[in-house]
Amino acid sequence: MALLSIRNLEVVFPLRTGTIPAIQDVSYDLEEGERIGIVGESGAGKSVSAFAILNLVSQPGYLSSGSIVFEGQEISNADDETMRRIRGNKISMIFQDPMMTLNPVLTISTQMEETLLAHTRMTREAARSIAIEKLRAVQIPSPEKRLEQYPHELSGGMRQRIVIAISLLTDPRIIIADEPTTALDVTIQAEILELLLALCNDYRMGLILITHDLGVVSQISQRILVMYAGRIIEQGNTREVIASPAHPYTRGLVGALPEMTRPGRRLNQIPGTMPSLQSIPTGCPFHDRCSHVTDLCRSHRPDLVSGSRRAVACHHPLTG
Amino acid sequence: MNSTPGQESESLVSVRNLYRYFNVSGGWLDQISISKGKMVRKVEMVKALNGINLEIEKGEALCLVGESGCGKTTVGRTVMGLLSPTRGSVHYRESRIDTLDRKGMLPFRRKMQMIFQNHHASLNPRKTVAKTLLEPIRFHQPELSLPEQRDKVASIMESVGVDAGWGARFPHEFSGGQRQRISIARALIVDPEFIVADEPISALDVSIQAQVLNLLMEAREERGLTYLFVTHDLSVVEHFGSRVAVMYLGRVCEVGQVGEVFSEPRHPYTQALLSAIPKVGGEKRRHVKLKGEVPTPIDLPSGCIFHSRCPHAREICSKEAPELVSAGEWTDVACHGVRENWF
Ligand SMILES: Nc1ncnc2c1ncn2[C@@H]1O[C@H](COP(=O)(O)OP(=O)(O)OP(=O)(O)O)[C@@H](O)[C@H]1O
Ligand SMILES: Nc1ncnc2c1ncn2[C@@H]1O[C@H](COP(=O)(O)OP(=O)(O)OP(=O)(O)O)[C@@H](O)[C@H]1O
Ligand SMILES: [Mg+2]
Ligand SMILES: [Mg+2]
Repeated sequence: MALLSIRNLEVVFPLRTGTIPAIQDVSYDLEEGERIGIVGESGAGKSVSAFAILNLVSQPGYLSSGSIVFEGQEISNADDETMRRIRGNKISMIFQDPMMTLNPVLTISTQMEETLLAHTRMTREAARSIAIEKLRAVQIPSPEKRLEQYPHELSGGMRQRIVIAISLLTDPRIIIADEPTTALDVTIQAEILELLLALCNDYRMGLILITHDLGVVSQISQRILVMYAGRIIEQGNTREVIASPAHPYTRGLVGALPEMTRPGRRLNQIPGTMPSLQSIPTGCPFHDRCSHVTDLCRSHRPDLVSGSRRAVACHHPLTG
Repeated sequence: MNSTPGQESESLVSVRNLYRYFNVSGGWLDQISISKGKMVRKVEMVKALNGINLEIEKGEALCLVGESGCGKTTVGRTVMGLLSPTRGSVHYRESRIDTLDRKGMLPFRRKMQMIFQNHHASLNPRKTVAKTLLEPIRFHQPELSLPEQRDKVASIMESVGVDAGWGARFPHEFSGGQRQRISIARALIVDPEFIVADEPISALDVSIQAQVLNLLMEAREERGLTYLFVTHDLSVVEHFGSRVAVMYLGRVCEVGQVGEVFSEPRHPYTQALLSAIPKVGGEKRRHVKLKGEVPTPIDLPSGCIFHSRCPHAREICSKEAPELVSAGEWTDVACHGVRENWF
């Protein structure tokens, strides 16, 4: 049985200007110890699909359908009490913006100790020493001193490392990390990725990593999910998908990497922009940016069809 | 200081011997303690910048890289006049600008724009996107008619890949990457000469990154826009930058032409940094691990700021701070070992 099993998630935002379907039909499994990477265009629904797991979608959005099974228990309709026990305890979330986790008016020590005391019975001293241990794990120099500081006194990367330390406090079963290393320099990024990797291997922790850095995905995740306009459009083994993308959008994404162009030259762009979620075209949501478009693509949306290891939502998948 | 090959250099911004400390000792009462029956007052400072020199030439893209917390944002904010230096100075063309008050700074405000690392704090949550973009034009270019102003907003939104129909929405209704594109549009809209871009694209996905980088490169070619570009993404530096300055604990340890620094990194910290770049699809690269942990900027190491983590350190390194000296054709390095050829 999978550690986490997600089926047909749909989240909508009712706005003044109409209802936005932010994600539709998102399904995947996460096994114990498995590491999944989610990539895709900005606004494609990566963060929303992760927030939905923990019932954290921001107002006025809500989970309009779908099922989420964690350790055999359906949690999509769980009450607040159950969710509180899971959130920040068995499933931790690292947000893209560290200030979503950190309270600006509390010192780091208060925030870390409170997190621990909320989920576990222990003394404040014990909580403090765990906090220091986790700060060391994410390479914060002089943790005792940093504990007494406020978030605004720390650099962007240091804040993010503290958030990562907070997410590790309760030894969670799953970490959902939304762009956890975007604000970090590559040396610290490398250390943190290694730390996450070790946790997955040693404690069979599951990891859902949202990132736009294909280098990071290649290094960390065994499986990759590519999202576009609210849906998963390709998934499979990370190496295989990056080496030979089957969906034209995935190919465009890989082709846009700076490494694919000589320095100083214009980078390859995918023409056009992702459609606004309020006006997703009929047929394939990518059709008006795709160079392989046919009439079929304009009229019928392709389903995510799975082969043995690869699934792709395209009428004319690329080969080789 | 070295310059871009084959060009007569004209310095647009120069940063001279810049220091910036932050007092972190808390309130006056927190600073007092009793030691051996005597009252002592202890003041603790984060020494964020420790003698930074940078010449940014007109039309170039100087990239600033280095470990988190090494002071990149602090350099950017000080250059922009948002922080005042503890010591040292900042010059824009011939004018010294770090000593100017708000009013004195006004003529420079339009020429110099900043794209902030924390785009959540930089967009006003109560203003629609269209309003956020119109305001700077109204302020800096009141001579434009209303339709001209609207056209400008529409065209800039298009060029950063923001759907023109989004104008009526508020910042919280966008994804992180969408918000970042809006703050880039806001910086570009007043036709600045110089932009400090603090991690402007790190929240964007690759295809939008490509779009925004192309846009920034075009602005540089067509309008001679100059950048101080802070980023963690070294593949972006390699692609976009003309020169790169590598910082460590508030000092510049290597600065030079991008191609040269990437093909032949000389400072041991630069070598470690370049080895940590994650490779797309490829094998894991042998990553040069640094020993020990980053020293705290509260108690800076003596001598060379990097010596406690350096695989090549010798006695002199803990005693004397190395100066930035010319090491390659287009590169300056601050390292005893490089100067004396130990490795
Ligand atoms: N509070 C909200 N109100 C209205 N729309 C929202 C809200 N939050 C998100 N959305 C919309 O939902 C869609 C998905 O957003 P999400 O944050 O999941 O994108 P993302 O894939 O994480 O993008 P990024 O890479 O930029 O972080 C976006 O189009 C966004 O505009
Ligand atoms: N307002 C402040 N009060 C106290 N310390 C500060 C303040 N602002 C910055 N610092 C400290 O100055 C140092 C440099 O911070 P800065 O934000 O410039 O780093 P950075 O290189 O931009 O890092 P990152 O890559 O993580 O954004 C850090 O040690 C930080 O904690
Ligand atoms: Mg997101
Ligand atoms: Mg910074």
